[in-house]
Amino acid sequence: MTFSPELEARFAKLLESYPTGRQRSAVVPMLLYAQDEIGCVTQELVEEVAHRCGVTPLQVDEVIGYYSMLHRKPLGKYHVQVCTNIACQAVGAEELWDHACERLRLGNKEVSPDGLISLEEVECLGACSWAPAIQINYDFHHHVTPERFDRLMDALANGSYSKKAS
Amino acid sequence: MRYNEPSPLEQMIISYRFDLPNSTSIDTYLANDGYVAVKKALAMTPEAIIEELKVSSLRGRGGAGFPTGMKWSFVPRNTGKPTYVICNSDESEPGTCKDRLLMENDPHQLIEGMLIAGWTIKSNKGYIFIRGEYRYLIEIVDRAIAEAYERGYLGKNILGSGWDFDVYTHTGAGAYECGEESALLESLEGKRGIPRLKPPFPAVVGAFQSPTILNNCETYSAVPWIFRNGGAAYAALGTPKNGGTRLMCVSGHVNKPGVYELPMGFPLMRLINEICGGIRNGKKLKAVIPGGSSSPILKAEECDIPLDFDSLAKAKTMAGSGGLVVLDEDTDIVAVALRTIKFYAHESCGWCIPCREGTTWLKKILSRFHDGGGLQSDIDLIGELAGNMLGRTFCALGDAAAMPTAAFIAKFRGEFEAYLNKSRSTQSVPELAVV
Repeated sequence: MTFSPELEARFAKLLESYPTGRQRSAVVPMLLYAQDEIGCVTQELVEEVAHRCGVTPLQVDEVIGYYSMLHRKPLGKYHVQVCTNIACQAVGAEELWDHACERLRLGNKEVSPDGLISLEEVECLGACSWAPAIQINYDFHHHVTPERFDRLMDALANGSYSKKAS
Repeated sequence: MRYNEPSPLEQMIISYRFDLPNSTSIDTYLANDGYVAVKKALAMTPEAIIEELKVSSLRGRGGAGFPTGMKWSFVPRNTGKPTYVICNSDESEPGTCKDRLLMENDPHQLIEGMLIAGWTIKSNKGYIFIRGEYRYLIEIVDRAIAEAYERGYLGKNILGSGWDFDVYTHTGAGAYECGEESALLESLEGKRGIPRLKPPFPAVVGAFQSPTILNNCETYSAVPWIFRNGGAAYAALGTPKNGGTRLMCVSGHVNKPGVYELPMGFPLMRLINEICGGIRNGKKLKAVIPGGSSSPILKAEECDIPLDFDSLAKAKTMAGSGGLVVLDEDTDIVAVALRTIKFYAHESCGWCIPCREGTTWLKKILSRFHDGGGLQSDIDLIGELAGNMLGRTFCALGDAAAMPTAAFIAKFRGEFEAYLNKSRSTQSVPELAVV
């Protein structure tokens, strides 16, 4: 498989990061970084990562189900993750989640037919003091009300969404 | 950046650079006490460093509150094996959002803390394990690491000491369990993050089967201050055996939720009323979950308490990771209990049967209860199940699920019973599902 030069550089650095003979350590980071580029963990990727890390495809395969961020099927271009854990729950996250399902017409872990948006109810994201929190791909959004959620989704739909950390 | 206004009552010793312009750059760090502590430490013996840490009474900020100096002293230094320094930045305990700020605003402080740990055990490699969702922090920390190499604070022959030390970031990929230290090490080695049987503890057999110092991000971040100002000065900030300050993450029904750096032992009610502006909408306090979702809940009348490890342990809960969820009088405790156990059932790695089955059973019973199909006998069944999970698993996740559940039942039994009566009066009782 060929990847972008940036990802290849990242892989090279990863493989050098671990002690000699311990390149298996790079398996999980490689899968996640590659997933970000190619959309999901394919069988071809499993074999490629196994080859590069000097492990069997089975040793790569067995970690995929364990890590909630690794996916065998493509997510939407924008993966919308809504935290409903207790800190967010206390300030309206369950209502926000219901609103998100209704607005996007998606259930948990579903992808929109055009592939633009996927939705997931997630566990604590580490934004408890600025709840309710969501992540769009890796971007944090804090203090998200249903109205603010709608504005974000409008921006995703009309292409005006821009990355920012909060 | 900060995401909430700081409070004038804060005592900032690990967060004081957060507001500086370009706070992540090495120039800012160097102009503000940066890499001074490591120079001091490089002139000290490992024994003297560990003694200074013991004097500071710094305790692990990840949850267990284990004395850091003692932890470092357990690492054998003459095994002939390489040794490792690992930072746990897998911050995932519900209620906790402090390591994020430390890495986002002051990554060099963390690197310096790890350098001092590395020098103490003559390690040559350190890894910062950052949860996968914190991708933007990996970019920030990687930039800081690159700067530290450029200026000779990482790499070969650091500051002419003849000692080499490399630091790398390592991303997680979504798993609360990897915050448990032995599961973190399994994950670092490219495997499923399932816990190891202990002993041996990571100090002796840790990363790559070698002696390892493994601490939380906030713990390392406190180390440079201690070596600049002395362990005694750090200890004096807190209460006996609970040195220094910590970042307290307040969420829930307060007017000003936020992360605030306060001395250990700061009174909980002052935190709620004076720093967080009291309960929002003029409501009354019902309860506080004081140390992340795994800590047993405190009822309002139990909240007149200092926030340190020992005071909270005495109250049969824990200071944990410093995540405080404040709940007002309108809070539905059954809903909170259900959401809590759903989390632990989702995150149980499945390795130990009491945890795998226990969290799932508890989730099913509490779901049934919440949906109106609870039975009177369920209340005792929940308590019994939780009791049978305690202390019967490789790692603390089973306890982390059982302890708060048992406390919800013990302290708010009336609410569970009211739920029962409410649902009885409005719905027919469905057949008891097999759990």
